[in-house]
Amino acid sequence: MTIYDLTLAELRTKLDNRELSAVEVAEAYRARIAATDQDVNAYITVCDESAMAEAKLADQALAAGEIAPLTGLPIAAKDIFNTAGLKTTCASRILENYIAPYDATVIARIKEQKAVITGKLNMDEFAMGSSNENSAFGATRNPWNLNHVPGGSSGGSAACVASRQAAAALGTDTGGSIRQPASHCGVVGLKPTYGRVSRYGVIAYASSLDQVGPITRDVRDSALLLQAIAGHDPADSTSIDTPVPDYQATLTQELTGLKVGLPAEYFIDGLDEDVRRAVEQAVATYKELGAEIVEVSLPHTSYAVACYYLIATAEASSNLARYDGVRYGVRTDQAENLIDMYMQSRAAGFGAEVKRRIMLGTYALSSGYYDAYYLKAQKVRTMIRQDFLDAFAKVDVLLTPVAPTPAFTIGEKTNDPLQMYLSDIYTIPVNLAGTCAMSLPCGFSAAGLPIGLQLIGKPFEEATILRTAHAFEQATEWHKRKPEF
Amino acid sequence: MTQPYETVIGLEIHAQLTTNTKIFCGCSTEFGKTPNSQTCPVCLGLPGALPVLNRQVVEFAIKTGLATNCQIAPRSIFARKNYFYPDLPKGYQISQFELPVCEHGWQDIELEGGESKRIGITRIHMEEDAGKLIHGDTPEALGTSLVDLNRACTPLLEIVSEPDMRSADEAISYLKKIHQIVVYLGVCNGNLEEGSFRCDANVSVRPYGQAELGTRAELKNINSFRFIKEAIEHEVERQIDLIESGGKVVQETRLFDSNTGMTRSMRGKEEAHDYRYFPDPDLVPLVIDDSWIDAVRSSLPELPDAKRKRFIEKLGLPEYDAEVLASDRLLANYFDACVTHAKEAKACANWIMGEVLRKLKETDTLIGEVPISPVMLAELLDRIADNTISGKIGKTVFEKMWQTGRGADELIESEGLKQVTDTGAIETLVDEVIAANPDQVAEYLGGKDKLIGFFVGKVMQASQGKANPGMVNQLLIKRLKGN
Repeated sequence: MTIYDLTLAELRTKLDNRELSAVEVAEAYRARIAATDQDVNAYITVCDESAMAEAKLADQALAAGEIAPLTGLPIAAKDIFNTAGLKTTCASRILENYIAPYDATVIARIKEQKAVITGKLNMDEFAMGSSNENSAFGATRNPWNLNHVPGGSSGGSAACVASRQAAAALGTDTGGSIRQPASHCGVVGLKPTYGRVSRYGVIAYASSLDQVGPITRDVRDSALLLQAIAGHDPADSTSIDTPVPDYQATLTQELTGLKVGLPAEYFIDGLDEDVRRAVEQAVATYKELGAEIVEVSLPHTSYAVACYYLIATAEASSNLARYDGVRYGVRTDQAENLIDMYMQSRAAGFGAEVKRRIMLGTYALSSGYYDAYYLKAQKVRTMIRQDFLDAFAKVDVLLTPVAPTPAFTIGEKTNDPLQMYLSDIYTIPVNLAGTCAMSLPCGFSAAGLPIGLQLIGKPFEEATILRTAHAFEQATEWHKRKPEF
Repeated sequence: MTQPYETVIGLEIHAQLTTNTKIFCGCSTEFGKTPNSQTCPVCLGLPGALPVLNRQVVEFAIKTGLATNCQIAPRSIFARKNYFYPDLPKGYQISQFELPVCEHGWQDIELEGGESKRIGITRIHMEEDAGKLIHGDTPEALGTSLVDLNRACTPLLEIVSEPDMRSADEAISYLKKIHQIVVYLGVCNGNLEEGSFRCDANVSVRPYGQAELGTRAELKNINSFRFIKEAIEHEVERQIDLIESGGKVVQETRLFDSNTGMTRSMRGKEEAHDYRYFPDPDLVPLVIDDSWIDAVRSSLPELPDAKRKRFIEKLGLPEYDAEVLASDRLLANYFDACVTHAKEAKACANWIMGEVLRKLKETDTLIGEVPISPVMLAELLDRIADNTISGKIGKTVFEKMWQTGRGADELIESEGLKQVTDTGAIETLVDEVIAANPDQVAEYLGGKDKLIGFFVGKVMQASQGKANPGMVNQLLIKRLKGN
């Protein structure tokens, strides 16, 4: 078996048994990235030198018997995470040469375990997009078919894991940005409950929705990586101080008696037939596994996309105000005065979609419009959250599609933002509700593109969706397929 | 002609808090450090950095709220105030908007003639300060500006009054009260020059009897009590002149220029920002429960007004003495400690307001650093009260105590300053003085009673101040009249 085909758990065993060294693993990945990334464009920055140095340190730790769960494991991070001494661009021109002076909490946590950071991954600029086409450094391509998008905004993360350019990756999910690309690339993506993982050092898009999560080859790895990053962080006031359970411990529990809800509003016109068939097949599998299938309703689903594009853009308009050319990032040298400097720097530094969302959000917060847009959206958000709480009074998990279609082709939706926004219709409500959800492979389209299944859990019950996902994975072979690449 | 216009004033006070660290990060708040040396990712507004609320700031806000009779909100919200300026690193200021930490308070002020008036306090909220711009003033640096973010993210309280003041004097009186309270509480150092305590005044005029308020101007940039009075008075005059000459007051921000004593327009309403306030999603709602409020309440010091009242009612001090002693928390503490050990409160007040304050001023010492402890001063006053020494010798002893830090009894003993109360010894001195001044004796006996002072002085001088002046007086009269 090739080194880069091994999962985190398999690598762990081989590193612990000394069948492999961390340096050998890092070298295998370096070669793999060099051979494949010109096609995929998953990386913005490849960490050749620092990765090798980290691998050496990991080997020393292994030799000394100081082994943490991630010691020596090659993990890549979306370029939204601050990484001390490395470029952190958020795929934006405005931060093209920005070198972060500090580590995000999640980066510090995996570094503490002596994981090897292979590089920084491509994404939609400032996490705004569903296709990775909004990167200032070129679109990432889907490893299953290079003419297709990998999804977004963590498209680089999903494509990287699918194309074996890292064993696992960290992404962020604001409206589906982990789950949708995971679905399009045939890998496992988990968005934890809001507050489960620290946001400190994660470049903010929409602060009340952003959440960090793992993208991995299988469910066990997802549990492993979540375990490493989850938990309260005093530096993030919105992170919750609640104990983190042992996710591995409950992973293999049986599903007998588990109540799985199917929200009626998620199986409607516009859902691709291949996707519908694959998800229905998954429902049948769960029945066989002893789960009880219950139809439920999430009545405010149709308002979710509109609600999201008001709240997320409002927060973004404020979050992105700091990119003003004063202290760091792009600054024009043509400006006549202060206002000019702001306008020209921001005009030059931000891409079209980012500008569109800043304008939308600024409008939604403006005096005279605030009540009709921002405030109304907040009220709708409360109702959407209540929908989920009501459904969870009846069932343990919800089962839905991740995206209405498999990965679309590059350029297909770039001129139709509204169509692009609708590709997140099944993932956005989860962020608005603040709960947890994951995407795992459940089939392929006729064209050979992966299809994902979404499992949504109660707040802070990541353990439940992980074991629900794990049972499905054990019963199916979908996750074992890899792109011929 | 009677003044047909009524002045209406409301004040917005910004008090910089004396916490050691900033409101949303752990950086030091110390003043006057190398530019940008007291910064971190949070107060620099770096990508990804998040604010964490300093609990001490909340405690200071609750303290100030309780001291000004506010209701403390069980749940309050931080909001972002969005605008671009180079001294504002995030492009927004974290402040409070819809749900501030304190509301519905009041503070009484004393008017001339002893009446008191209640000024409403609309709200008190917490917010972060901005940094500072340093504009190049050398020929090479002209047109360039540097940004110092040491001050960015230092905690402020904004205390907003109702438009309840009707004259510049009332405004000053209110401002001084609030100043005294925040300094008393130790939440603000009260330094106006350094900008630790700043004030914006909303000023309008209206014809007497009119219910609705006139259009207001907001006066900014006023950094002394005197300037605030000048600025308000000038602005009232300007508005009345404007109206009298057929013009209209426009809502605008005006800057006070202390060189000219005038205000000038800074920006009008049409240029006013739309700050797009919204709740800061990086900070959770601030929940303050009753037990927290109770704990803060029990830690509150006695406030100046209550202290003044106690000094008058319980200790029998005159109003003036009570006012002076209560004006400064440490001075009042000194007085209180002295009174507990001394026999007479009034004597303590006299000595503290006289000798102690004089000496502080002469030696440029702070009340906290006085070398004579309140207990030591009480001992000295008791020695005067029980006639061990005279008041005059007392001053000499006080001086020596200040210089040496030694106690009154010890000094009186070692320097032999004890008052002479031996009748025989005093009689000897009296006889000598009478014998030496026959002319004055004749004049005295001729009816010039006032000359008794001359004789007392001579005897005291002969005793090197140690004779008991009362006894000297008695014995002199006895001898002179007996002659």
